[in-house]
Amino acid sequence: MDDETRALLDVLVADARESTADIARQTGLSADEVDARLDELEAAGVLRGYTAVVDWDSTDADRVAAVVEVNVELDRETDYEDIARRIAESPTVDSLRLVSGDYDFALDVSADTMQAVSRFVADEVAPLPAVTKTVTHYVMETYKERGVVFDERDDDDRLSVTP
Amino acid sequence: MSDRSDSPDTPASGASGASETGSRETDDPGKADRFTPAERVEAVPPSGIRAFFEVAESREDVISLGVGEPDFTAPWAARSAAIESLERGRTSYTANRGMPALRRAIARHVERYDLAYDPQEEILVTTGASEAVDLAFRALVDPGDVVALPTPTYVSYRPGVTFAGGDPLPVPTHHEDDWSLTPDALAAAGADEADVLVLCYPNNPTGATMTGEELAAVAEFCLEHDLLVVSDEIYAALTYEGEHTSIATLPGMRERTVVVNGFSKAYAMTGLRLGYALAPPTASAAMTKVHQYGMLSAPTTAQHAAIRALEDCDDDVVEMRREYDRRRRYLTARLRELGVAVAEPGGAFYAFPRVADVAPDGDDEAFATELLETTGVAAVPGSAFGDGGAGHLRLSYATGMDDLKEAMARLETFLADR
Repeated sequence: MDDETRALLDVLVADARESTADIARQTGLSADEVDARLDELEAAGVLRGYTAVVDWDSTDADRVAAVVEVNVELDRETDYEDIARRIAESPTVDSLRLVSGDYDFALDVSADTMQAVSRFVADEVAPLPAVTKTVTHYVMETYKERGVVFDERDDDDRLSVTP
Repeated sequence: MSDRSDSPDTPASGASGASETGSRETDDPGKADRFTPAERVEAVPPSGIRAFFEVAESREDVISLGVGEPDFTAPWAARSAAIESLERGRTSYTANRGMPALRRAIARHVERYDLAYDPQEEILVTTGASEAVDLAFRALVDPGDVVALPTPTYVSYRPGVTFAGGDPLPVPTHHEDDWSLTPDALAAAGADEADVLVLCYPNNPTGATMTGEELAAVAEFCLEHDLLVVSDEIYAALTYEGEHTSIATLPGMRERTVVVNGFSKAYAMTGLRLGYALAPPTASAAMTKVHQYGMLSAPTTAQHAAIRALEDCDDDVVEMRREYDRRRRYLTARLRELGVAVAEPGGAFYAFPRVADVAPDGDDEAFATELLETTGVAAVPGSAFGDGGAGHLRLSYATGMDDLKEAMARLETFLADR
């Protein structure tokens, strides 16, 4: 990956709403080049989507999030890919990762109610033949999400003009 | 204490508040005092940005591009080391030159710039790079010595030279040359008669850097005319284009150069006040003598933080530089789109656009004041950095991208309405 493409991705990770013109200004590419590279990156599956980071606690929306640990036992007919494909189908699942350690899959899930999250785990995950155990941790507070710190304090106590 | 009545050339009253007779009689006896500032102090005008600063402070909606310090916080590892040093009760003086462990760490660190200095005799840890510069002037400049100062440049050098008893000699550099310093500019200003040359690259306020070739020409001039050099390289780690070159690495220059650096800019440790000077033994000993009587030693807590910064925080520096670089590209591209000429800054975190073409009478102070009063965008008038800066503004991009975009949007409206 060349420096410009890396810079382009850095810009988008920091703020996916950056305009083509602003991305061009920050990367040294022309606006046309930015568009072309974005097309390429999307086609190659490098750029998979552009989403917002929302502090749901700051809204009046009902939103429940949980981290679910899932243990599985593989057999000749079933591998991790099969299980992952099945679990990932649910819109309740925000992210799904195979991890090392005491359990196999780590899921970030969210729904409107705690019951909905519980139903998802009870009805869609636990019954899968390969699943041997689930542990659900409800999120009590979010302090940082995808690199964004949820903190109201943004005081800049530097002098407004210095030599 | 000077006798003002024998000093007709000393500026009277004005910013100092002294009356023309030098007395301090006022209607309010509680405010009277009998002090008269020393001549060399009186001779230095107040900072050119003071009045401007007061206007900026009086507003609440200011987006400041006038800040000369990082908007990042010092890396956690460095802060953690400072906290740990306090928890362990490390609160006593250190060696005058600084903790041996820190000096060794500095010696290893500067090898990346091809600089080799002996931690025992050639490295001095100071209370900020500013103290290191001041020590160099006070230890090496005799009364009447001429100190060449390329301008525009950092505002403290000229007063520092005056306080040391030297005579500052401005050497203008120019937008058209990307603010680089040339032997011709030095010769034209009469620097061939100077005793010391002060360099600041990457430069505050222009962001200019000097290539090895450009520095070689300056080095040749210094060798030919026997100038010492004080090279303030505090922004060395914030170099975007090419590698930073220290003039002390060039043939014949190490023995006549004091290199100044510190932790404020690269490690965002401005408030911890820690810098250092690299110099041959004689100069280093002289500076250490002044330091030990004036400061004794640099802050101990900050020295512990600095060791950790040098050992563990390279990745933080790279991350900060990458972010500054992004902002730099944005800012200069946007300025040019608005029709404002700006030399591409190769380092530091400043752009120094020319506003003379769009300012009434080319007056940068009037432009900056009107910009501030009309839009709430604060930028430092270029003339605050010496005559060479007239007609320009210093815009710091040590501020978040959102503020930078808003500031440029306001500038666009401001220029369109003129």
